[in-house]
Amino acid sequence: MKKFISGNDAAVQGALASGAQAMYGYPITPSTEILQIWSEEADKNDRLIFLQTEDETTAGFAVNGSVLMGVKAFTATSGPGTVLMQDGLSMAENLRLPTVTIVMQRGGPSTGQVNYSQQELNLAVFGGNGEGLRIVYSAGTPQEMYDFTLEAFDSAWRYKFPTLVLGDGYIGKQKTEVELKHPLNPYQNSSLLAGKNLRNCYSSEEQFYEYLSKNILDFEEKSSLIARSESIGPKNAPELIVAHGSVFFVIREALKVIDPKSKKYQLFRPVTLRPFPKQDLKVAARGKKKIWFFESSYGQLYHLVSAELDAASVSAKIIKVFKPAYRFLPEDIADSLKGGK
Amino acid sequence: MNYKTMPKCYKNSSKPHFFCPGCGHAMILKQLGSTIDELKISAEVVFGIDIGCSLLAWDFFDFDTIQTHHGRVIPVMIGVKKANPKKVAVAYMGDGGGYAIGLQSLIHAAYRDDPVVAILVNNTNYAMTGGQMAPTTFPGEITTTSSSGKKSSGFGNYLDGLKLLSSVADQSAYLERVSVSNPRQIVSAFKKAFETSDKNHFSFIEILSICPTNWKTDAADSFEFLKNMEDKFPVQKYPLGE
Ligand SMILES: Cc1ncc(C[n+]2csc(CCOP(=O)(O)OP(=O)(O)O)c2C)c(N)n1
Ligand code: SF4
Repeated sequence: MKKFISGNDAAVQGALASGAQAMYGYPITPSTEILQIWSEEADKNDRLIFLQTEDETTAGFAVNGSVLMGVKAFTATSGPGTVLMQDGLSMAENLRLPTVTIVMQRGGPSTGQVNYSQQELNLAVFGGNGEGLRIVYSAGTPQEMYDFTLEAFDSAWRYKFPTLVLGDGYIGKQKTEVELKHPLNPYQNSSLLAGKNLRNCYSSEEQFYEYLSKNILDFEEKSSLIARSESIGPKNAPELIVAHGSVFFVIREALKVIDPKSKKYQLFRPVTLRPFPKQDLKVAARGKKKIWFFESSYGQLYHLVSAELDAASVSAKIIKVFKPAYRFLPEDIADSLKGGK
Repeated sequence: MNYKTMPKCYKNSSKPHFFCPGCGHAMILKQLGSTIDELKISAEVVFGIDIGCSLLAWDFFDFDTIQTHHGRVIPVMIGVKKANPKKVAVAYMGDGGGYAIGLQSLIHAAYRDDPVVAILVNNTNYAMTGGQMAPTTFPGEITTTSSSGKKSSGFGNYLDGLKLLSSVADQSAYLERVSVSNPRQIVSAFKKAFETSDKNHFSFIEILSICPTNWKTDAADSFEFLKNMEDKFPVQKYPLGE
């Protein structure tokens, strides 16, 4: 079924289709519609749970509580709200709680700007006081807000890691046709607490080291099942462009004009920022003369992958086009690529 | 434009201001400006603003102003006052900023008797983000997150912040609730608050305000709604230590 809806609405529809039952949140532009639409759904349907909390910290921890009881629960936020969510997310990482957090990025630091950015990558991936044992999808269109929310609920409950869907204000507010494919088989949820004594704090370094190492190992092992990328254009192109989220789609549009015969550029995006599709990037980077990074942050994506490129001894010239908290239009991409720097 | 009737501490270059027509914030800021003019303290005032529609006041006055972070204007102003006790620290916020996300900071400032003048504008909703329910929203009130009216069960009745603070604030603090329907009373409450700050104590003024945009009310209905607020939230000086 196709519907003409916003990216924020698509995220709610994705959550509903995944069997989400509870949502806790606090208003913040540009993700507020997720809260509003869920509250309207909950008004119509007694099975759905909704609470507008007094702040994001409470929302994050309430999600943890519901998930412990086996209920698919999520929250949605942005910017300074994403900062406050880190508390709950850290607990979820430590206890392997399958929470889902939808993040519609806005400009920072602090209250910055309410429209758009790609500056919450670091927070999404490594925001807690730990090792980033989280799954992070980067959506680029309203359709992907739907699709990746489905995938997020599935991965969260399947692998038991807190999972985030990263969107941005443009995607959230933009309305397009979205195909609402129902998942055939949403992953089954069940109580994580029944018959158990769980704890979030250990009394010795040794005990905790053992526990944490197991989680890290598990994350590493599951990574190859989760990590995903997408690539457009010829694999033997001389130049590689790396971008994520909505910037990927802007570049895709630009390339239709700049490289209509699809000869010069291969365009690569990580679909999951965490675990990162390292292998795919290494393969894409192989033999390239130039590698471009386009992002609406000051190198958060680049820093996430530069170590991988070094490790793969990539000798390409790296060109960074960073516009922190600023949009890209296809013509900006064309100008940068033509300028060659 | 002729600004003769406007407070002297207004920054003329930022007028006309950006608040919606009929917004209570603009009325309140005018009374604040007049009070500061009258007390001749504009050189001492440091004006701190939360985020909410109060953001629109960031360049409203010609005195030192800092717009901060949601719910955190009080702690920032505590830092300002501690660093320079000669300053008069004013913390201006909405009911979402003060009674939801920033409630912990507000309670502790009252409890410690931090010498900050806290001003909270209660319009029973989160106006800036498009009219979601707030802790002050009345049962049955329709907002963008209570589409069939706020249910008190599960979402609370409506929070009387002054009642709450009066049980924790120090005996020397000053707590009062006023309404935009009575500008004179606003000025007199502000004066009391500044006096209290002079004596190094905490003061808190809640002002019942009007938000025609999110209430979707015309002038008459706005004041009708305000009257209803005045019935539910006692407009009075609050006793302490009870
Ligand atoms: C940590 C954080 N969460 C959420 C927001 C989004 N936000 C900005 S203003 C606001 C509510 C404002 O409501 P209120 O304090 O009642 O003031 P009003 O706009 O009604 O005057 C919210 C939730 C934010 N800026 N920061
Ligand atoms: S939305 Fe409401 S509080 Fe905000 S400026 Fe308009 S009338 Fe005032």
